[in-house]
Amino acid sequence: MTALAQRSVAGAPGLDVEKVRKDFPILAQEIRGKPLVYLDSAATSQKPRAVIDAVVRYYLQDNANVHRGVHLLSERATKAYEDAREKVRQFINAAGAEEIVFVRGTTEAINLVAQTHGRARVRAGDEVLITEMEHHSDIVPWQLLCQEKGAVLRVAPIDDHGQLVLEELERMLGPRTRLLALAHVSNTLGTVNPVRRIVEIAHRQGVPVLLDGAQAAPHFPIDVRALDCDFYAFSGHKLFGPTGIGVLYGKSELLEEMPPWQGGGDMISSVTFEKTTWNKLPHKFEAGTPDIAGAIGLGAAIDYVSALGFAAVAAHEHDLLSYATEALRDLPGLRLIGTAKEKASVLSFVVGDVHPHDVGTILDQEGIAIRTGHHCTQPLMRRLGVPATARASLAFYNRREDVDALVAGLHKVQEIFR
Amino acid sequence: MNPELRDLYQEVVIDHSRKPRNFRKPEGANRSAEGMNPLCGDEIKVHLKLAGDVIEEIGFEGAGCAISKASASLMTTALKSKTKAEAEALFQRVHSMLTSGQGNVRLEELGKLAALSGVWEFPARVKCASLAWHTMRSALDGAGTRVSTE
Repeated sequence: MTALAQRSVAGAPGLDVEKVRKDFPILAQEIRGKPLVYLDSAATSQKPRAVIDAVVRYYLQDNANVHRGVHLLSERATKAYEDAREKVRQFINAAGAEEIVFVRGTTEAINLVAQTHGRARVRAGDEVLITEMEHHSDIVPWQLLCQEKGAVLRVAPIDDHGQLVLEELERMLGPRTRLLALAHVSNTLGTVNPVRRIVEIAHRQGVPVLLDGAQAAPHFPIDVRALDCDFYAFSGHKLFGPTGIGVLYGKSELLEEMPPWQGGGDMISSVTFEKTTWNKLPHKFEAGTPDIAGAIGLGAAIDYVSALGFAAVAAHEHDLLSYATEALRDLPGLRLIGTAKEKASVLSFVVGDVHPHDVGTILDQEGIAIRTGHHCTQPLMRRLGVPATARASLAFYNRREDVDALVAGLHKVQEIFR
Repeated sequence: MNPELRDLYQEVVIDHSRKPRNFRKPEGANRSAEGMNPLCGDEIKVHLKLAGDVIEEIGFEGAGCAISKASASLMTTALKSKTKAEAEALFQRVHSMLTSGQGNVRLEELGKLAALSGVWEFPARVKCASLAWHTMRSALDGAGTRVSTE
């Protein structure tokens, strides 16, 4: 959490975590005879009953295709789907609902931008700039684009704490740079990048910026207009919503000039065998029947998180992250990977010479779910000189007891690998 | 510690993962293959010095979890001086032990390799234990094709 966010939570009503946990049916279960300790929310978050109910209600009462039928069910489905879009608009403070494109997730959002905006703008010899801490989903789409166009993929470095070296990044922005794409929050390190400043730096050079917000949206409020980013991508399933739904925000002037991506129903205005004209935004980018239930579930998730209040969520998570950071630091032989000043809800670590997969297996026997491996950031692992890490990631439904269980589990690991 | 974990991380496994045997490329190695577990990022190279039908020397290099390293290390000690046919037979028995448990295999005939008998109870870890064996087989075939557990 940023210092700024921390200041803004002063005096905010606290979070009743035990009450919140009752909203998440999945948490009330035992794994191998022990209470589930879910510390893998950065991979996917759990879903509150309100989200599950919204999806079920849609299928029980309102299911129909959208933007098509004249019948009442189709009207209801269309309204629910478009209401969800409006909720997303408010959630990230976009100027208009036409700037909100529903996609499958962050990965699809980035691919969409690479294949449309990227293909239209990037020429041989041009450059696309990313950073060393990117997820594979913010590397490979640009690699494909650069290969196709004969363009160059450049990579801005991080320091040993896992923070971007801003001067280097600024130096790498040049007249051939067509786009800067970077994570708002690193999924592996938890680093919160100073994206507002970075957008400003890039815009000074006339370079548009895409932000991968997959790990940011679940933790603090996003204001795309204050950030002034050109594209913002995030996934519903990490934001307590269903899998299969995500969001691409784009400034309307950019979306307007972009060619369509996939062709099909709903994205057209008129079709003849000679020529087709495109539907208006955002439908131009939503070919085929969308994930209607997913969008409605995402809308319900946004309602749920908004009702909790991000101030309370941020304060609780900040407390938990500090508590966990200290507890892990006290473990002999444990090394935290990613020690940026500004961090959100991610603790990556290695335990002596024990491989993270062995850590994960032993913790699983204690009912503790963490992620182990390269976290889809192999180049970052290489930069940090580790083959893999163990990663515990937090959400607002976690509590200090979960951290205590993790520490006890890590003691077991050390006992086995004495 | 619960019994499943004790079965998985037997002392022999911990010992071989900490001090892997034949962790090198042997002099005069004439067959090699690479294996990887893309999900974990584990990578291994298995080297053989094949003289006619006999594995005169065997070694491995790479990085991975305790299970994959121990399995590779134990494999090298078991296959030294074995014929191709013996290696293939042992592969089949180990494979059977890893995937379906000890019920189908006589553990006492497997010697130290029996230390891997707890793996089958951890389906997510079977790949770790079998990586070295698949890679050895590729090296033995002479194909030397890259093995992937995915």
